Amino acid sequence: MSVLELKDVSKHFGAIHAVNNVTFSLEPGEVVGLMGDNGAGKSTLAKLISGNFPPTHGQIYVDGESVHFHRPVDARRKGIEIVHQDLALCDNLTAAANVFLGREMKKWMGPLRVLDKGAMIKRSGELFQELKSETRPRDLIKQMSGGQRQAVAIARTMLSDAKVVLMDEPTAAISVRQVAEVLALIKRLRDKGITVVLITHRMPDLFAVADRVIVMRRGTKVADKKIGDSSPEEVTGLITGAIERAA
Amino acid sequence: MSTTENPVPKKDNVDIADVLDRQESTWLQQVLGSQAFLVFIALIVAGLLLTLATDSFGTSKNLFNITRNATFIAIIAIGMTFVIITGGIDLSVGSVMMLTMVCCARIMELGYSIEIGFLAAIAVALIIGFINGVLIAYLGYPPFVVTLAMMAIARSFGMVVSNNRTISKFGPDQDILLAIGRPLDLGFISVPIPVLITLIIALLAGFVLNMTAYGKYVMAVGGNEKAATATGVPVRQIKVSVYMVVALTAAICGIVRLSWGGAVSTNDGTALELQVIAATVIGGANLAGGAGTIFGALVGAGLLEMIRNSLPLLGIGTNWQGTFIGTIILFAITFERVKKMRARN
Repeated sequence: MSVLELKDVSKHFGAIHAVNNVTFSLEPGEVVGLMGDNGAGKSTLAKLISGNFPPTHGQIYVDGESVHFHRPVDARRKGIEIVHQDLALCDNLTAAANVFLGREMKKWMGPLRVLDKGAMIKRSGELFQELKSETRPRDLIKQMSGGQRQAVAIARTMLSDAKVVLMDEPTAAISVRQVAEVLALIKRLRDKGITVVLITHRMPDLFAVADRVIVMRRGTKVADKKIGDSSPEEVTGLITGAIERAA
Repeated sequence: MSTTENPVPKKDNVDIADVLDRQESTWLQQVLGSQAFLVFIALIVAGLLLTLATDSFGTSKNLFNITRNATFIAIIAIGMTFVIITGGIDLSVGSVMMLTMVCCARIMELGYSIEIGFLAAIAVALIIGFINGVLIAYLGYPPFVVTLAMMAIARSFGMVVSNNRTISKFGPDQDILLAIGRPLDLGFISVPIPVLITLIIALLAGFVLNMTAYGKYVMAVGGNEKAATATGVPVRQIKVSVYMVVALTAAICGIVRLSWGGAVSTNDGTALELQVIAATVIGGANLAGGAGTIFGALVGAGLLEMIRNSLPLLGIGTNWQGTFIGTIILFAITFERVKKMRARN
């Protein structure tokens, strides 16, 4: 059964049809690249999936169950997590504090509920280990490399046993060496059976990790095919419109 | 794409113990390298030098005065630390302190009990903090302007309530009120009660800031407000709460000051907000938000009071006081910038 399914989903902002009748389904443990030029509708699609607003028409299903998201927290409750492009991390807090931000572990100290820092450091250490990242739980974010920051943002999604992780341009602002680190993180998520939706502009990243590619142009889906059946040239053609529709 | 093999054999897996034990700096190193600690050292050194250089500084009477006077800045500086960590500022604290003093004094003067006086002072402060916070957090007004306006309004209210006269009679509970400002004799040492109150508030605030989710949220709001919102931190409620916290400390400070001075005039607390902000900044708080400690607020207040106290003892005219304080603020900012530049390299 598909973990996430969109059926004839449209989103209109007044006269602007940002997304038009898009249908696709995602399987567990699949990495799907979501490609498209600026204004093609991929951000709107991402926002629909992550619950920023409901679709104008159409239906979204999680594990076969029809869902209606109005706020991001609705989507999160259903196991859909988003890793924002700016990562949404607090520079002045430690890696562990960021992983648990908004859902801290607590313990009783006499009559008081206090932070269970030891448990949070241990748990985030385990998550970083699972991701095979050398991020240290006690380090401040401002001391970290781009790749380590990504690991923190991704570890956050793993706290809640996410089914789908939406990654918005995870490799846009980091060095070449760190790109490899981030792509490895994506593979780890996939190996854990988590579905990853990868929004990216970088063709090499797409072909390095994705199993499937969905291309958007002017609000409609123009391609949805296995990465092995496609090529960077074809995807580029689909994005620009040089190729009208995937064969 | 062909790449050469990574010359360093990369371990497939890292041991959990490696990750947990390795850290760039230990807790102790962080404390020792902090601005608050440096100021604390400066405070101790200056205190020792002043004791040696003058006859009057190291006397127990003078030290008693310094610690007590420092509390009048320190109590509000503790509250201000919360506000400044979130990236805000509160200019109304001096006026709010005066208003709470006037409310408490007037109510007691009319013959009501001390409890009612205290409750009124605290209620007035919380209401003002709430109004400040709502305007800033929910309507998006800039903290500087909102609290500047409140500074004028609160002072004017104080003048209205007291009819712009000095109140120095506090009805039937006058003796209880004045007792709070007196020293507590512990036999071997006499401690001003205001100092004890400050220490209790400082411990409480330090606990909240470091040990609770609320404290983490305050830090998160100042560190990256967008991130805090995205992760479900109730950003607006947190912002409202910090303005209520600082107003509450202004009320407590007002009560302590009233009991010590035994009178309130509508000039009280003028320009106090600047001293309070200076104390927090000297102690390492960052006006851009995201950084600040209770310990820093305390040592900052201590340093300000020590300067004020020692200049006359050294034969330097009090007119120079502002120059010294201003220079120290500039030093504090410079320290912050140098640290940031080093971190970048």
